[in-house]
Amino acid sequence: MTSSFPEEVLEHVLSFLTSQTDRNAVSLVCKTWYETDRWCRNRIFVGNCYAVNPRILIRRFPDVKSIELKGKPHFADFNLVPEGWGGYVYPWVVELARAYPSLEEIRLKRMVVTDESLEMVAKSFNNFKVLVLSSCEGFSTDGLAAIAANCRNLRVLDLRECEVEDLSGHWLSHFPDSFTSLESLNMACLVSEVSFSALERLVARSPNLKTLKLNRTVPLEKLSTLLKRAPQLVDFGTGAYSAEFRPDVYSSLAGVFSACKNLKSLSGFWDVTPAYLPVINNVCSQLTSLNLSYATTQSPDLTKIVSQCCNLQRLVVLDYIEDTGLNTVSLSCKDLRELVVFPSDPFIGDVDVQLTEHGLVAVSEGCSKLHSILYFCRQMSNSALIQISKNCPNLTCFRLCIIEPRAPDYQTLEPLDTGFGSIVQNCQHLTRLSMSGLLTDRVFEYIGTYAKNLDMLSIAFAGDSDLGLHYVLSGCDRLRKLEIRDCPFGDKALLANASKLERMRSLWMSSCLVSFGACKLLGRKMPGLNVEVIDERENVNSIPEYAPVEKVYIYRTVSGQRFDAPDFVRIMGKDKDAVYNLS
Amino acid sequence: MSVPLEHDYIGLSDASRSSDSSSNITSVTETQPNSVLNFKATELSLGLPGFSKNGGPTIMLGAKRGFADVNLDGSGKWALKGGSEAQLGGFEKSQTLTPDVKPAEDKKKGSGSAPPSAKAQVVGWPPIRSFRKNTMAANSSKNADVTEGNLASGGCLFVKVSMDGAPYLRKIDLKIYHNYTELSKALEKMFSCFTLGNGVKGREGLSESNLKDLLHGSECVLTYEDKDGDWMLVGDVPWEMFIDSCKRLRIMKGSEAIGLAPRSMEKCKNKI
Repeated sequence: MTSSFPEEVLEHVLSFLTSQTDRNAVSLVCKTWYETDRWCRNRIFVGNCYAVNPRILIRRFPDVKSIELKGKPHFADFNLVPEGWGGYVYPWVVELARAYPSLEEIRLKRMVVTDESLEMVAKSFNNFKVLVLSSCEGFSTDGLAAIAANCRNLRVLDLRECEVEDLSGHWLSHFPDSFTSLESLNMACLVSEVSFSALERLVARSPNLKTLKLNRTVPLEKLSTLLKRAPQLVDFGTGAYSAEFRPDVYSSLAGVFSACKNLKSLSGFWDVTPAYLPVINNVCSQLTSLNLSYATTQSPDLTKIVSQCCNLQRLVVLDYIEDTGLNTVSLSCKDLRELVVFPSDPFIGDVDVQLTEHGLVAVSEGCSKLHSILYFCRQMSNSALIQISKNCPNLTCFRLCIIEPRAPDYQTLEPLDTGFGSIVQNCQHLTRLSMSGLLTDRVFEYIGTYAKNLDMLSIAFAGDSDLGLHYVLSGCDRLRKLEIRDCPFGDKALLANASKLERMRSLWMSSCLVSFGACKLLGRKMPGLNVEVIDERENVNSIPEYAPVEKVYIYRTVSGQRFDAPDFVRIMGKDKDAVYNLS
Repeated sequence: MSVPLEHDYIGLSDASRSSDSSSNITSVTETQPNSVLNFKATELSLGLPGFSKNGGPTIMLGAKRGFADVNLDGSGKWALKGGSEAQLGGFEKSQTLTPDVKPAEDKKKGSGSAPPSAKAQVVGWPPIRSFRKNTMAANSSKNADVTEGNLASGGCLFVKVSMDGAPYLRKIDLKIYHNYTELSKALEKMFSCFTLGNGVKGREGLSESNLKDLLHGSECVLTYEDKDGDWMLVGDVPWEMFIDSCKRLRIMKGSEAIGLAPRSMEKCKNKI
């Protein structure tokens, strides 16, 4: 049958499969399909840059147009991964430049990106179009200048919460006058002021510009000038949104916003002056996404805005919105799919803000399409969680952070086991879960039993014993990413489930009870895993084998151990000179 | 007060590499194949896990055999049956060690008391990204006075520390130190040598005698970038003022830092 099925036809059929998972499955069917897939797959996703290496990638996929790489583990976002751990993109860029001169897109998350890397990207790929850097660090505005100056066909420059050494805003002026292809620019994380006239001219000569996210230094008074140049914008992020109230500025701004008929998403709003918020009234009904999470203003102001957003699908806001504001959301935003509520003062125990579990329950009741929740609050109860689970059986992502570690059900003083148990039992589509509050091994039994679709689990200050970890590792069939901090989980559960670790992308455990000896044993016995002990104590060489490590990061890899690790990272159980390679 | 061009060294004792008399470390070796909890059982085997219908403890085969002998008592704690204690070997110790892995824990389970108004400092908790933390801190320090602003920034103040010639830089939380001595001790551990410039005599525990480090004999100077973007010598200003204005740290070669001293003194004079 295969002989009568021309490869061109197969290739054509496969081109309709864009998901990485589907492509991977297809490549396992038979040799012909494997070969066809490898020749025509040109979008690559690497979830852990150390799970594979550039040589293996290039050998398998000869024609790549788009690559996405992720580096540091997720807990690096919260300063748990020491600086210098790794995740350098430079070695990748060198090889990609050599192998794929027609590469068009690079997306990086949690990687260390140097100016040198950016310069190499700028000079190596003639048709480079998309650069997305998410939570990256290690570069300066000089690197951005190189991109601006050299990438003539650039469409997307998206810097999401990167740590950039901001030498000056001059980089923006490096886009040549002949450059007109810009579609998306996100500079919100930059600190330096850019030349406003350069910015205005750039916007004016970019007819395809759909996304523009300014940084804080662009003042409110100048927004109308910019928006007049780009009424076609779909996604707009303001700069600092504060100024003395002036009616002429107000009406000018309201006017230009009204003219933005395609506007669907708003963000920014730093340092907000509430009097200027209503300029967006006329576009509220168009909005599907609204990010007010830097708008430090009180509930009435926020509530007035959201009450007009009848088509809102995504809302990101501070706890200033309070339960009353969320109640309004539940009545007004019937299409809501995603809710994120950040804390305004996370490090202070008692706050005036009236945001409790009631707000979340209200939204879960009123918004039947809700599927993703990230919620920071100071109290929670089992009954609230049970209600939420019944109201939202289609939840895919549930992340709850009760600010005080190990906080019990504030009404009954019991652990929150049954509440979270109800979530995993009723929400069969749950793929991501982050838990907090007082939790015993029981909640892990529920998770292991019911959370069969769980892909990523984050645990902190929870559990009683190894049994908790064992339930999760042995029960959650689809689990790929597990991150744990400050839990009494140790060697037994880890070693008893060693083979599971090869079916996961990664496991992070910090401030737990995993011993050096266990890590060494695991590393020695499992050649397909890198077991990285991250330990910065000065006497680490003399710590006994049975003592717990500070942090351990375990991930599967076909690339063998890595050689770019700093001295506080030890790859356990591997012969230092051996390079394990399936060739 | 004149500032010497040559910078003195901190004479910290070389206690960074202290080692216990650790000749009696029990380590798990290859000769104890059963010392790991049924590790053989974790090798890929063809047994499928069984499930009991009533949702009680599962009968586990293959990779999960390690827990087939589990006794679940009422409290959910478990222990292994039979002679498996002896099999644990070196790992038995991990049960009895129970080091305190709860740095911020000062409440018993289920006590339910109201959270204290001053937060205990736990790294990375609550889980909020630095970008947001720094932005919110900048917001609140505009509206409040300095001390409140610092509190709102999370009781932690991460700054980058780079050292000329080092392959990577580090990040430290300035808030966990209370004076220059603690800071320099910590940095000494992270980087193998450095010094503090002597701008202040007698205060903050720095004095002529312990500034000299003849053993190191290297000329490294600790400097910091302040809010105005200027590079200053660490140790010139009172500690509180320092942590308020320090944005990042850099360990420089002594020769480069010579020019800093007079300027930093001038700045101090202007501030006073």
